[in-house]
Amino acid sequence: MTVAWLQALAGGVLVGLSATSLLWLNGRIAGVTGILDGVVFPKPADVSWRVAFLVGLIAAGGLYMALAPGAPQARADFPRGGLVVAGLLVGFGTRMGNGCTSGHGVCGLGRLSSRSLTAVMTFMATAIATTFIVRKLWS
Amino acid sequence: MNRLRLAALGSGALFGLGLAMSGMTDARRVLGFLDVFGSRDPTLVFVLGGAVATSALLFRLVLRRSSPVLAVTFELPQTKHVDRRLLGGAALFGVGWGIAGYCPGPVLAGLGAGSVEALWFIPAMLAGMLLHRLLTRRGEVSNLGQEGAATSMLLEDSGDT
Repeated sequence: MTVAWLQALAGGVLVGLSATSLLWLNGRIAGVTGILDGVVFPKPADVSWRVAFLVGLIAAGGLYMALAPGAPQARADFPRGGLVVAGLLVGFGTRMGNGCTSGHGVCGLGRLSSRSLTAVMTFMATAIATTFIVRKLWS
Repeated sequence: MNRLRLAALGSGALFGLGLAMSGMTDARRVLGFLDVFGSRDPTLVFVLGGAVATSALLFRLVLRRSSPVLAVTFELPQTKHVDRRLLGGAALFGVGWGIAGYCPGPVLAGLGAGSVEALWFIPAMLAGMLLHRLLTRRGEVSNLGQEGAATSMLLEDSGDT
């Protein structure tokens, strides 16, 4: 487990550096759903940097998972219906609440925003409660 | 490719690399982390901890500048108040996160590695975003100023060669 927590810490620092570089160079908040929203529902002249960010995320993340020895791998056996319901809730909820783990978590907490702190505490609480209930139901 | 796009590509790559290294892309670990009354796997605390500590430290330095390196202005969220939309949206997002263990960044990184689950989750997530847009379309005022869009258009045009 010592390696796992070091990888977790290093990965977290890289995510923090990424959010910093996007703010420093582009002046933008690295919120994944906000960036994705601007690609799916584009505003004129505000699309290309978003596409570039997402391409970088998908390509680099995918390459690391495919090529790095011992890289954490994605699960493949979760019930499909569960994935669809979860995806709908994540998509709807992140737009309604204006952010996800990256926008409110990494960037919002980084800016010491009390609004984001409220959002993070709320989604952590419902995520923990949901995990608890789902585990009870299944075991 | 202009400098704004190149910078965004690099930031995105760093983001994906960090997520893939951290273990957030493995939803089993995420659920193990969220299961605080059961398996109590605290490893992923280091991901959020490392990310927030880094951004809190460095954002402070970055925001001392009057403007970002490649753009005219910092585009920061202007909303400060907590309302029902924020609480309701965050609550729903947490339920979805707790069911499958995916939040948007990691599932996109998984897509790059050909994850089967990402192929089910991501279209549903996009449908959820579309549904939200359809339900709130009427009367909604975008809080991204037109001014910001205009300046980034000028920059993108001038950088294209």
